[in-house]
Parts: sequence; structure tokens; C-alpha cells
Amino acid sequence: MDQALSSKKMIALYLAPGLLLLLALVYIPIFQTGYFGLMEWNGIGEMSFIGLENYTLLIQDAAFWDSAWHSLLLAVFSALSLIGYLLISLVLAGKIKGANFLRKIYLVPMLLASVAIAQLWMKIYHPTNGILNTLLISIGIENPPAWLAEPSLALFAIFIPIIWQYAGFYILIYYAALKNIPESLVESAKIDGASAWDIAWKIKVPLIMNVIKVTIVLAVVGSLKYFDLIYVMTNGGPNGASEVMASYMYGQAFSRFDFGYASAIGFFLLVICLLITWLIRKVTVSDEDIQY
Amino acid sequence: MRNEALTEKQTALARQKAAEQQKGKIRHTISMTLLYIVLAIVGVFQIFPLVWLVLFSLKNNQEVFELSPFALPATPRWENYIRVWTEGNIGQYFFNSVLYTGSAVVLTILFASMATFALTRMKWKKSSLFLGLFMVGLMIPVHSTLIPLFNTFSNLDLINHPLSIILTYTAFNLPITIMILYGFYQVLPREVEEAAVMDGASVHRIFFGITLPMTAPVIATAAIINMIYNWNEFVFINTFISADQFKTLTVGIQNFIGQYSTDWGAIGATLVISILPILIAFIFLSDRIVEGISAGSVKG
Repeated sequence: MDQALSSKKMIALYLAPGLLLLLALVYIPIFQTGYFGLMEWNGIGEMSFIGLENYTLLIQDAAFWDSAWHSLLLAVFSALSLIGYLLISLVLAGKIKGANFLRKIYLVPMLLASVAIAQLWMKIYHPTNGILNTLLISIGIENPPAWLAEPSLALFAIFIPIIWQYAGFYILIYYAALKNIPESLVESAKIDGASAWDIAWKIKVPLIMNVIKVTIVLAVVGSLKYFDLIYVMTNGGPNGASEVMASYMYGQAFSRFDFGYASAIGFFLLVICLLITWLIRKVTVSDEDIQY
Repeated sequence: MRNEALTEKQTALARQKAAEQQKGKIRHTISMTLLYIVLAIVGVFQIFPLVWLVLFSLKNNQEVFELSPFALPATPRWENYIRVWTEGNIGQYFFNSVLYTGSAVVLTILFASMATFALTRMKWKKSSLFLGLFMVGLMIPVHSTLIPLFNTFSNLDLINHPLSIILTYTAFNLPITIMILYGFYQVLPREVEEAAVMDGASVHRIFFGITLPMTAPVIATAAIINMIYNWNEFVFINTFISADQFKTLTVGIQNFIGQYSTDWGAIGATLVISILPILIAFIFLSDRIVEGISAGSVKG
């Protein structure tokens, strides 16, 4: 009876377009990146095989490790901000009027193009006419800093719009997970006299632990490969002060035309991201229902 | 006497209880008010930069520098919008954004639906293995594929060609789209499709005639999510396209703003034009967008 739906030819035909595209544009390129990483190559001319030389260079490259440190700082910062999002979601998912409206408001920045966000925040941080310094001057602070031009501040100044961009996304995920908790569990705890605080931390949070772990993966891996706002707002500057791994790799390839070295960085980035995903997943694998 | 004493005691107790309840109520009201204030501050923080953007897009430089940032301009300067729309290539960028976004969404939805159909409706042993193969794509950083893609497209003469962008967007959105569709296909009853098989319908007939129409709601959700990702995409378009006539709004405004580096009104107007389509879509489709982002939350 099911002959039509078990024909090998048909199965192949239905899988082929998607699978071939994915192979050609995602999976084969990552192996090519690994291969190019073993080459000296300016992107146009001949390649020459130099073994692991790019990787020994990478290990000794202080500028790269600075960028890796900045990526790590962003990862820690993003992971810690999850606590704030969780608190907000716990409040929102309690019986709050207007919760649906609020979580949509929170989500708006996430829908905007990174370039537009970057340009907007460059205006916010503008040393003389930006809204931030206008406010600071109006409350009596003289000589507020030129945020993005200040080496000690530039990186953290960019962290703020990154948070601004993604806050609504995480709040949305937590909110959806919290709304999935059966009402009866919360009600019976209330009857037993548990406080709202206890219900939140001893019942609700443990119940959505899987979702929390997934968001940790997202925040950490997303931070390690983060690129957009940094590239547009400071391009890693001033003097490397806000460089992250992806922007460093991009600069090596498309400004310095060192495609071999940039490929090695790209491959390193891939390995790090897969490793961390696997590591955090490994902790979650004991749990039965992995939710996304 | 005894009774009276008892009732007195009872009233005292009742009064005390009422007072306590009153106190609890007040405490509850205060804490709720505080919570609302916190939630409202977060909301203002999320929205205020955009309000400020709209305000300065309607001012000239003098008004930006001299008026309070919160002040409305005396007369809104709509000419900023007219100027940036007519002077630059924003119209062209806008058209390209629509073209690339639309083409990639159609291809992604079609290919992802076909693959999900094969994975959930056809009978074969290795389907979970292949599902895994599609899902691994979610974890690949874009930057780890960028140089080989640039190299391949150079060799094929597809740099500065819409096809490089449309194909890349399609490929990179397939995993997330299959994930969103897969959840829906899993819970969708199979009776109609099974009945069609009994009637001897061909696979194509079942897929195009029955499955695709039945999955229309999830297709809408997935299409909107795809649309947002493609409309806002930056790295690929910035790398593969340098010719002005093929740029999208995201990279186009980047260069365009460079020319106007000191003209705040023009920059503001450009930015508002670039984000308006997404904001309008959000106003009308916010529930679907929320649903799509929750369903496809692995992409970060």
C-alpha cells in the first residue's frame, strides 16, 4: 500500500535540492576552510602548502589572543545577562496585565538589521550630539567620554547594544517555557504555603532547566562568533581595543589578504563553537526532553 | 458575660486579621507597582532609541544640535526622506532587498518542505540520520565558511551576482526552517495523505496537492522568520557584493550614510526607511513572529 511513499527514487528526489545546497554551501566549505588553513595564500594567486605554520603563528599572535579574550568577555557578559532576562520573564509570566504587549515591545530591536542598530547606537554614543552625552551633560557631568573612541570603554560600549538587540529574544524563550508549566503544580505549591520567591526558584526554574541550558549554549556560542555590530561600529578599534575573533579573521582575509591565516582562524572558530556546544549539551544529555 | 467576652475576643481577632490582610494587600500593591516600574523601564530602554531616531530624522542639523533631544521639530522635515530617497540609490537597494529576500524565502520554504516531507512522510530507515545531517547546519559559524564561499563564487563569476546571495541565504536558512516545519509535520494527522495513497495518488500529487496546503500556517510562520533574517543579513552581502547596483538596504545604507556623515536628518531618514518594512510587518504579524522565533530559537 505504501509503495509510492517508500520509493527510493522519490525519497532521493525530495531530499536532493536541500541536501545538495547545504553540502555545497555549508558542509564542503568548512572542510575547505580547514584545508586552506594549511596554505599560504593571498586569495588570488597560487597556494603553497605550509603545514601547521598558520597555527603556530596563531598561538604566538598576541593580537589574536586579545580578540579571543574580548570574545570570551562578551560570552561571560551575555551568559550573566541571562539571569536578568530570567528574572524579567518570571515576573512577566506571573499574572501580569499587559505581559503580552511588553514582551513584544522588548522584541522590537531583535527585528532590526545590525547595520541600522550599529548606526543608531553610533549616534547615541556621539561625543558631542549623542543622546547619552547630552543627558550626562544636562545632569552636570562635564567632559563625558567619547565612548567608542576610548580604548578602555569601546568594547563595553558595544556590549550594551548587543544586549539591547538580544534581550527580547531570550525573554521570549523563557516566557514561552514558563507558560508551559502546568498551572496545577504552581497551585498546589501555593496551597502548601510556598512564597512566590520559593515557587519561582524551587519549582519554575528547575522545570525549565533544559531551556535555560539551551539559552546558555546560544548566548555563549553566539558571543564567540559575534561580528556585526563590532565590525560596523568600530571595526575592532581603536587600535584593536574592541576586536573579537570574527572581526579579526575578517580583517586578516579582506583587508590584509592573508587568506591562509584567516582560514586557520575560521577553522579554529568552528572547532571552538562545536566543542562548546558539545560540552554544554553533554551536561544536558542526561535529561530526557531536550527542548529547543 | 462569657459569651460577650468571647465575641469581643473574636472581633479583636477578626479586626487584627483584617488589618493584616490590609497590610498584605498594601505590600502586594507596592511590590506590584515596583515590578511594573522595572518592566516599564526595560520597555522604555528597548523603544526609546527608536523614538529618538524618528525624532532626529525629522530635524535639520541646527535643530538636532540646539533643541532638546526630546523636542519635536517646529515643522517635521519630511524633505529629509524625499531627499535620501531621490538622491541616492535607496530605491534600488530596496528593490534588491525585496528581490533577494523574496527569492530566497520561496526556495527555502520549497526545499525545506520537500526535505521535511521526505523525512516525516516517506518510509525509509535512515531518516533520523539525515535529519541530524540537516540540523548540524545550525551550529556552523558563518565565518568558518566565508573564505571558501568567496573563493568558489569568484571562480564561478558569481561575485557581484544576485545568485550568490540568494543561494547562500537559502542554504543557511534551511536547517532552521526544517526545524520549524518538522515540529508541525510531526503533530499533523496523516489520515488525509494516507487516504490519497490508497486512492493511488502520486507522490507529487500528495505533496503539492495535500501536504503543502495543509501546512500553510507553519509555512507562513517560517516564511516570516526567513524574511526577517534575510532582510537584515549583513556578512554575506558585504563580502560577495561590492557593485552598487546589487547592494541591499543593509550594506547600501552603510555606504550611503558615509556620504552624509554630518547630516543627521538624512542619516535618520535613511535608517527609518530601512527598518520600516520590518516594523510594519511586526505590527500586523507580531503573533506569528513571536511564534516563529520561539519555534526556531536555536538560531542565535
